[in-house]
Amino acid sequence: MGELNTAMIERYRNSFLKEVEANVEEGEWVKMCMQCGVCSGSCPLGKFWEHPPQEIFMMIRAGKREAVLQSESVWMCTSCYNCIVRCPRELPITHIMHGLAHYAKRLGLVPKTNPTAKFAQMFWDNLMVKGRVNELKLGLALYFMNGFGDGIKVALKNQKLGMAMMKTGRMNPKEAFGGHAVKDLAGFHKVLKKAQELEDARIAQNGPSAGA
Amino acid sequence: MAKREYSFYPGCSSQKGASSSNYLISVQTMCEELEVQLNEIPDWNCCAASIGYAGGGELPRLTLSARNIALSEQHHPGQDIVATCAACWLSTREAAERLHEDQSLLAECNTALAEAGLKLRNETPIKHMAEVLIEDLGYEALKARVKKPLEGIKIAGYVGCQTNRPFGIAGESYENPKYLDKLVETLGGDSIPDYEKKVQCCGGALAFSEPEKSQEMVKGIIEAAYDHGADLIVTPCPVCQMNVEVYQDQINQTYGTKFQMPVVYYSTLMAVAYGRSAKDAALNGQIIPAKALDALAAK
Ligand code: SF4
Ligand code: SF4
Repeated sequence: MGELNTAMIERYRNSFLKEVEANVEEGEWVKMCMQCGVCSGSCPLGKFWEHPPQEIFMMIRAGKREAVLQSESVWMCTSCYNCIVRCPRELPITHIMHGLAHYAKRLGLVPKTNPTAKFAQMFWDNLMVKGRVNELKLGLALYFMNGFGDGIKVALKNQKLGMAMMKTGRMNPKEAFGGHAVKDLAGFHKVLKKAQELEDARIAQNGPSAGA
Repeated sequence: MAKREYSFYPGCSSQKGASSSNYLISVQTMCEELEVQLNEIPDWNCCAASIGYAGGGELPRLTLSARNIALSEQHHPGQDIVATCAACWLSTREAAERLHEDQSLLAECNTALAEAGLKLRNETPIKHMAEVLIEDLGYEALKARVKKPLEGIKIAGYVGCQTNRPFGIAGESYENPKYLDKLVETLGGDSIPDYEKKVQCCGGALAFSEPEKSQEMVKGIIEAAYDHGADLIVTPCPVCQMNVEVYQDQINQTYGTKFQMPVVYYSTLMAVAYGRSAKDAALNGQIIPAKALDALAAK
């Protein structure tokens, strides 16, 4: 992914804003931001963000490429949609945040230890296997995402909860083997493979090999 | 009266043995009472919720929802899609709107779907169950079935985020939606219209990846319910239900609180008010028992 990152820097040398507009989902909206700060004030996790949404948009315009794409902030969005319904300029802020996060991941710029980036990737990988999410495997993967020792610690902390979930029929240990799946799995995989190919082709058009 | 039929998208968390399987049971009971028939979309897949964005780019994510809508249009033509999970509803409806606005994305989506012989017409309305209850059926119809009013039970209506924003229920405001309070009153319970945390975020998927931050928000949601003298919290969202109910032990450990606040689905409330058993209302799915409802169901 390092290569794609270098190519993008080359191509958009003068403007990170243009890079975002061309490559980030809903990125063309960023220039509409009028810096009122309503989004930052509305964000439930606001106080934990190094750069709340308004600031991220300002930084994009100021060309602070690394600071934005390597930030933990773009992974802090809970998708609560508070900002979206309040933004006077109707920016799809939630989607821009997810778009920035996805783009950072594509370029290999995600901070190595960010837990949400890891969890989000695990969620996607999990659902791609069988077309449906297997909560138990996802849970196990989550516990062990920071290595085995840490995993045991987290698992123990959540053991009581796990037992309660099992007792009430809301968690099933059998899910670890097999588990729920779509029936036309071959078709499902073909469809998603095609979608990925089309997406890659579109990105390649904006990317290094485009005849700029 | 003829049965109303909907094409039903249950979603991953409601599957047997999954975290909101209790929601599905109470929804089925509620729908029986209201003569609503749910036809499950055959072979549906996960919607990627709001957290699929790391691995899934725009088109792959939209295609997931497109496959579900296409299957619904093929097998249940003319039926509106209804989802019980807020995240499922939101992802599916968002995908439909995005594909409506962007014809080139729609064309690419259909190229992908064609690999499995599917085609998206994208003409199907996509609803949350709360919309079906309040907009399609209406409070009068919901009230007509009440056999055991929830008398003397004080209930905080916790609407949360995604059932409320960005689409919400027709005629309701984003900042102070009242439909859950009205529903509680319709069922004979005591609502708390000035429950100030009614639209506070629970942390969503960050409950897993950033538990300390999420639990701090949940603490506020529960505290406010206690301040208003609530016996229990009701919610329309499986993510809210899970996040607010199941971490109370951990929150108590961190903050020295003594929370024991039951959090139930609207469908559980309705099943009890409609005179159904504790089992049909899925009260056995509560990690924190809802004693007031248990007692009423046993009467
Ligand atoms: S609310 Fe909208 S216009 Fe205001 S700072 Fe945030 S994104 Fe910009
Ligand atoms: S949707 Fe994301 S960015 Fe917007 S207020 Fe909620 S958490 Fe903050």
